[in-house]
Amino acid sequence: MEITTDVLKKTATPLSSKHLSQGKVFTASCKPNLVYAWDDGVAIGRYLKELKRGRIMAKRCRQCNRIMLPPRMFCERCWRITDEWVPVKDTGKVNTFAISHVDWAAGRIPKGQRYFTPAVIEIDGASKGMGILHLIDEVKPEKIFIGMPVKAVWRPEAERVGAITDIKYFRPIG
Amino acid sequence: MLDKVAIVGVGTTGFRSTSPDVSFRELTYEAAVKAYADARVEPKDIDGFVATSEDFLEGYSIADEYSNDQLGAVHKPVSTVAGDFMQALAQGCMMIQSGFSRIVAVQALSKASNMLTQADLVNFALDPVYNRPLDVHADFIAGLEMNRYMYETGTTREACAQVVVKNRRNALTNPLAGHGAIVTVEDVLKAEVVSYPLTELDIAPTSDGAVVLVLASEDAAQALSDLPLWIRGIGWSSDTPTLESRDWGAAVYCQMAADMAYKQAGIRSPRSEIDFAEINDEYSYKELQHLEALRLFGPGEAGFLTESGATEITGEFPVNASGGSLGSGRLFEATGAQKILEVVLQLRGLKGTNQIEDVHVGLAQTWRGVPTTTGAVAVLSNE
Amino acid sequence: MGRRRVAIVGAGMTKFVRRALETPKELAYEASKMALDSCELSLADIDCVTIGTAPDAFDGVHMNGEFLIDGSGAYRKPVMRNYVGGGTGVYAPIHGWFHVASGMFDTCLVVAEEKMSSCQPHPAGAFLTIFDHTTEQPLYPTLIWIFAMEMHRYMHTYGLTKKDIAPVAVKNKKNALDHPAAQIAEEITVEDVLNSEVLAHPVHRLDISPTSDGAVAVVLAAEHVARRITDKPVWIDGVGYALDTAYWCTRDLCYPEYLEVAARQAYEMAGIREPHKEIHIAEPYDPFTYKELHHMEGLMLCGKGEAPRLLADGVTQRDGNLPVCPSGGLLGVGNPIAAAGLMKVAEIFLQLRGEAGKRQVPGRPTTGVAQAWGDLMQVGTVMVMRR
Repeated sequence: MEITTDVLKKTATPLSSKHLSQGKVFTASCKPNLVYAWDDGVAIGRYLKELKRGRIMAKRCRQCNRIMLPPRMFCERCWRITDEWVPVKDTGKVNTFAISHVDWAAGRIPKGQRYFTPAVIEIDGASKGMGILHLIDEVKPEKIFIGMPVKAVWRPEAERVGAITDIKYFRPIG
Repeated sequence: MLDKVAIVGVGTTGFRSTSPDVSFRELTYEAAVKAYADARVEPKDIDGFVATSEDFLEGYSIADEYSNDQLGAVHKPVSTVAGDFMQALAQGCMMIQSGFSRIVAVQALSKASNMLTQADLVNFALDPVYNRPLDVHADFIAGLEMNRYMYETGTTREACAQVVVKNRRNALTNPLAGHGAIVTVEDVLKAEVVSYPLTELDIAPTSDGAVVLVLASEDAAQALSDLPLWIRGIGWSSDTPTLESRDWGAAVYCQMAADMAYKQAGIRSPRSEIDFAEINDEYSYKELQHLEALRLFGPGEAGFLTESGATEITGEFPVNASGGSLGSGRLFEATGAQKILEVVLQLRGLKGTNQIEDVHVGLAQTWRGVPTTTGAVAVLSNE
Repeated sequence: MGRRRVAIVGAGMTKFVRRALETPKELAYEASKMALDSCELSLADIDCVTIGTAPDAFDGVHMNGEFLIDGSGAYRKPVMRNYVGGGTGVYAPIHGWFHVASGMFDTCLVVAEEKMSSCQPHPAGAFLTIFDHTTEQPLYPTLIWIFAMEMHRYMHTYGLTKKDIAPVAVKNKKNALDHPAAQIAEEITVEDVLNSEVLAHPVHRLDISPTSDGAVAVVLAAEHVARRITDKPVWIDGVGYALDTAYWCTRDLCYPEYLEVAARQAYEMAGIREPHKEIHIAEPYDPFTYKELHHMEGLMLCGKGEAPRLLADGVTQRDGNLPVCPSGGLLGVGNPIAAAGLMKVAEIFLQLRGEAGKRQVPGRPTTGVAQAWGDLMQVGTVMVMRR
């Protein structure tokens, strides 16, 4: 059976914003109240504690010898418990980045405000290709490039809470 | 005839009200390590994985993203069933029966302790237009059903309470179950009413825990295991999701799932061909309603037979020797996993104090909880 | 090929629209009913149902699969909801294939539905909670960020420009002009794409598929039943899927390795050794322009970094040697996530039967592949079909 315009005619009725704003269709709305207290666990728990102290800690798997970020309790490739904690640097290189004109809910960033410049940053001292997601700042977005060396800008010690945002962002170096 | 599928490995963390030391991914890792060791397999031997998860239970949308690392399943066929673990188990069977996989791992977990607004989440499962605006605690649905079930079958309030007494007592001697207690029928009846006629003690508390099962095709099972347990039949079904038009007295989904499982297993007379059962008892009356839907007891029989001791560990037909959900805790999508796990351990003869003597065929039954009408049934045997 | 051979015997769909009057259940009903009607079956002929929807957050119902049961014809039947994020649309029929190939059922109705418009103020907001709650969510990431970063990595690795990639949008939106369900079909130019609003450099507005409401359904049957239902069954000869690590920052985003793994499974099952020669028509997942190219490479329809050249040479046009997204894809037809993937399977089904109307590719193709992708850029789902 060919699916033609005629066949589909009555399958989905498009609504415009006018239908809603003029009350031509009714809607029911609800804002779910969903609250969680996540147990961070063995690996991320320590990672956050170390961030509060101003250090980035990775975890090594002795079998594949990867020094992994974010740290893991188990190596997903070798399928074994990871071994020692390894301090790594708070510098790295941009693996890839974006210049985002929208926020998390697809809202446009107002004129004059800085665009978001998220990046995957390969941290120095971790194995090649081990990146973390973070933001870049203190540089014009159009000046960012893949391979750019960057360094963490930490919040003052008193303001750190044990979160990834204890690093405010990464800035270019050199 | 369907190809035979065996359970060759099980692993669990056990079921406790909290698990603050590990993340939800780490919780599964522990169960997986144990299951693989039990089955004498490594992740590289496993060629199919089924995770069980529903959005928001762990606080995520598209929760299946976080399903594979802890199973050793990177770059492997992994998919997620948004249903009870026993539906995922059925999928694992079909993966083997279709010839796609030889060895399959099936996983489920509960991190209920991390959900601070459980009642709101259940409310979010109600029809957004018809039911949600009423803004009542979703336990009312169980109250409605309990009332109708008691009315239709003549089951007494005391008989429902006896289920709680039995199951929480059984849990005391089950090291996997975290909610063992000595309670009396009177305690149950006098506890705070949550949604008439349900009191607080009629409702299973929640637990954290993970379960991983390893399945194998007949060939693979015989190479791997000295005591494979065979899944002789597995069925699942759903009644209507609408509250307005469902059958409030009988658990139709359970009858239909049982018909499917019994047919595969060649079971005609369930009561005489099955030795014991682990039944979904998230609410006390559910154990009785489900036993009748499974045709293990006649309509209206389950209550007074429970009061007479027939379903005790030493009774004529032991039910929830593990302590059930009332004693182990409600585990959301992992609820069926607790049932299957306990049947497996019984059939292996590993239940210690709670071991039922001379068992060969066991039944596990589950339900997805309020507000659903979805359930599954599996028949397992050690021969 | 599985214990039993399985065919697709019918397909149905709704129009894809930005915001539908119909509820999720009603959309699922329209598609399911049409799929049954297309092969002259009734619900009584259906043994089981499998439902694919991506996150609960779009429809705004927890346990959305349960909610959809009656709309999907699954009342008092064995029904399961499956999902692998955006990969769900092609995984859903794979899930159905398991049901039938295993011998457990003779027929299966596969329903994929998504009503994204329920999620306010914008469906994109639902994606915040797909990111890791400790290491990522505090940075308020969006999906567009990570896709922009993946696109950037792809461009950087192979020395591509936005101009090399933009023609995907031109081709697909044009193809969609012939698709009766299409939401955003139009005639545009490469310049239109490059001049459209930047959402997250290097991604422009016209590089992205829209948010949509819609549903698609297909009917599967075991061989002995399929031959009674239709004289034009389309066989599911290969299925594959694979999930990469959730640590997405640990992967090299320039190549979809998980897709190659999935494609190899499907090709092996279908006995395909040289996909670029043996596959005549492809529907790779194209929620973003670069993804069509990325996925052609992962499906091994061309070498790594070579897809843009095939695009430039016109090979992937509807009348080219390897028509890619002749439906118009997600970029043209729309993207109600799970339904969009199943739309691709339906397109291969119709093309192989010669029922694609104005979209029909020339040369009577015999073998086609449909593919979807999702989660944290980590899952590939592949289905090979033959007539």
